[in-house]
Amino acid sequence: MNLKLRVWRQRSAAEKGKMVTYQVADVSPDMSFLEMLDVLNEQLILDGEDPVSFDHDCREGICGSCGVMINGRAHGNGLFDSHPQTATCQLHMRSFKDGDTIDVEPWRATAFPLIKDLAVDRSALDRIIQAGGYISAPTGTAPEAHSILVAKKDSDAAFDAATCIGCGACVAACPNASSMLFTSSKVVHLGLMPQGQPERDDRVVNMIHQQDLEGFGGCTNIGECSASCPKGISMENISRLNHDLLGALRAGARPKS
Amino acid sequence: MALELFTVGAPIADTKAPMDVPIGERWSERRFRAKLVNPANRRKLTVIVVGTGLAGGAAAATLGEAGYKVKSFWYQDSPRRAHSVAAQGGINAAKNYRNDGDSVHRLFYDTVKGGDFRARENNVHRLAEVSAAIIDQCVAQGVPFAREYGGLLDNRSFGGTQVSRTFYARGQTGQQLLYGAYQALERQMAAGSVEQFARTEMLDLIVVDGKARGIVARNLITGEISTHFADAVVLATGGYSNVFYLSTNAKGSNATAIWRAHKRGALFANPCYTQIHPTCIPVHGEYQSKLTLMSESLRNDGRVWVPKERGDTRDPREIPEDERDYYLERIYPSFGNLVPRDIASRQAKNVCDEGRGVGPNGLGVYLDFAEATERLGRPAIEAKYGNLFDMYAQITGEDPYEVPMRIYPAVHYTMGGLWVDYDLQSTIPGLFVIGEANFSDHGANRLGASALMQGLADGYFVLPNTINDYLAAGPFEKVDPQHPAAVEALEGVRAQSERLLSINGTRTTASFHRELGRLMFDLCGMERSEESLRKALDRIPEIRQEFWTNVKVPGELGRFNQSLEHAGRVADFIELAELMCVDALHRNESCGGHFRAESQTPEGEALRDDENYAYVAAWEWTPEGAPPVLHKEALEFEYVHLAQRSYK
Repeated sequence: MNLKLRVWRQRSAAEKGKMVTYQVADVSPDMSFLEMLDVLNEQLILDGEDPVSFDHDCREGICGSCGVMINGRAHGNGLFDSHPQTATCQLHMRSFKDGDTIDVEPWRATAFPLIKDLAVDRSALDRIIQAGGYISAPTGTAPEAHSILVAKKDSDAAFDAATCIGCGACVAACPNASSMLFTSSKVVHLGLMPQGQPERDDRVVNMIHQQDLEGFGGCTNIGECSASCPKGISMENISRLNHDLLGALRAGARPKS
Repeated sequence: MALELFTVGAPIADTKAPMDVPIGERWSERRFRAKLVNPANRRKLTVIVVGTGLAGGAAAATLGEAGYKVKSFWYQDSPRRAHSVAAQGGINAAKNYRNDGDSVHRLFYDTVKGGDFRARENNVHRLAEVSAAIIDQCVAQGVPFAREYGGLLDNRSFGGTQVSRTFYARGQTGQQLLYGAYQALERQMAAGSVEQFARTEMLDLIVVDGKARGIVARNLITGEISTHFADAVVLATGGYSNVFYLSTNAKGSNATAIWRAHKRGALFANPCYTQIHPTCIPVHGEYQSKLTLMSESLRNDGRVWVPKERGDTRDPREIPEDERDYYLERIYPSFGNLVPRDIASRQAKNVCDEGRGVGPNGLGVYLDFAEATERLGRPAIEAKYGNLFDMYAQITGEDPYEVPMRIYPAVHYTMGGLWVDYDLQSTIPGLFVIGEANFSDHGANRLGASALMQGLADGYFVLPNTINDYLAAGPFEKVDPQHPAAVEALEGVRAQSERLLSINGTRTTASFHRELGRLMFDLCGMERSEESLRKALDRIPEIRQEFWTNVKVPGELGRFNQSLEHAGRVADFIELAELMCVDALHRNESCGGHFRAESQTPEGEALRDDENYAYVAAWEWTPEGAPPVLHKEALEFEYVHLAQRSYK
């Protein structure tokens, strides 16, 4: 099939960007969205033009590197009834029709400064993890694994939250550019495990504090995050986070300076 | 063997394992004899760790906790992206929670045998010994492993073993283990013990007075090339499967760090040992950019078959039982669908070569869950394999709950890597190599669920103990950026990048990469012969020559430039491919993933030649024009009796 792409081109954060139109011919329905961009880029290189920069790595939907807005939707999630929620690399061109026009834009959020074209800096998410998204267990200190029992339902629910791949789609999709779904997935994963209890109050307070410092917006329960999440992380995690946060604040927990 | 391909140098040997005590005591004895570094002195010592996968992430976090000053480098935007994240099936550990006869010795035995007797016994035994502590460590970090209703950890079985020793987190074990290491690493970054260099790619090693003292790296956002110094350098940069272009590795996975270290003097061991994973989604087009693995755990319940008749194009569901050939169950009645990966892959190739392959291009076999679904019920299959089935459906547009999956082997893992001793130190003092980047534990074939085990063993438990012995002699004399060795390395990197940008030819980097990959898969893939390898060795220098005169790399050095990153990696893959073929040609025997057509049993199984090839082939780089030099490390088997592998 033949497609018309309108792609956001911006050489750097300091320069102005714009949408640029490209025609891509002979797109196979079995191609992934990123393979279609590869084809465009090879064509651009041979034509002596600058190829489109975009982040990608595993191309199997698990590393969280890729992610673009496709026709205004993060990873294209929500555009196709028949297609499950995925990362951009797992969206295949069979979801599109010959002659379609597709808009491709980067994640847009204050906390995600643009690097080039479709690539943005998501290191703010790592700094939220640094603020408390871990269990302090220095190597070698661990007790025998079976000395810690975890109810299967808790372990399964923790796993569901822990599948977040940190792609940032939730932030890009949210009108407030909030990272609550990301943050809550880690708070809930660790908060459901017995190992995570000692740091539970401090964890939620510090992670929320860091989220604010990074310039992410507040959550107003719109739900675009969960609807755009390639892993289908539930908004229930945000409720659980709020519950933890209230409890922690009432118990006197305060962010580290 | 023709002399022009290589020359033979002095043999090498590991001198660190204490051979005067029995194998079960060597690791504790080594730790006892190794020099220690007093906690107060650790903060005066700097260690560079390149890569943040299971091995690198675990090592950087652990060294940071221990009090060293750590500098952590990765090419992706976040340490959480490292390709360990994509490992699906599980991690082995000799816990014997199933009471099914498992033990450290059995895990050791299975791994040596699975590796087709081409691994070093001491390293494998240590791996088995520390395996149990890895599970303890990961549970303490909150890794949400699969559990049973009583709250205890669940296990599954895996290829090449008859016990259930594999711990897992649905089909995303690598992701969860990596996040455990990543969170430990982020904690150290917050604590200030680990300095972070995101989107920074190592492009050369700085060697001063024979010791590894730093790296040259390019900041991928600004394009700035700079030098970084330390008392020791740890490479945890993964494997080199992307030599084959199409592999299950991430697009960015590359050999540049280990290849540049090799060119600085680190020996490269067993480069021809590559693993072709049997359960991947078949190739479906020229434009395809990568292959996707379906976890080997699927072979626990899925049955592999092809039609008995060649060219049978019926819908698989309409082919009656007696017209199907469950060839693994037929040929290997005791291991059935759970034979090791190399065997499962080669048998898939054999049935396809016979014309019985399925799918559009005849390069595929069925993996069928109909019987398991009937036996266990669909909910049980969903719980065990749900995400894998979803992934398959997304990629192929077919529903595996209804139609059997089609699978075909794909390059997945490289057992070869930089040569290291028992301390995981390379032949360059101060350069340590861990995880898939080294060669040490899997011999000629890696068993399923052992890569995660090795990465974490090296990162959490082995390196943080052995590196002290080296660092105890430090801090070493300060190296500054004006040192001639640093200037030479920096200018070399700059010159190569500028040269790539200036060629301005007519072919893209990707077109060279595809050509190299196809050549390697066809001529140095699942089956190799003298003829195919000589053909490859004739062609690769031509590809290299054309690459350096006709590649077109757009953009600038001083900016974000993904085309330049790719070009530099492909330049190194081309050189490495040549060494892989030389190694494969010189090893005139079949072993594990290295199958030489000339060396097989009457039944078509790999036939080793222990008399002539029971050694590690460690290659020394020689400047252009001179053939590489082969150094042999003899392999002794004191505890596992050398035997022909049999899974029948």
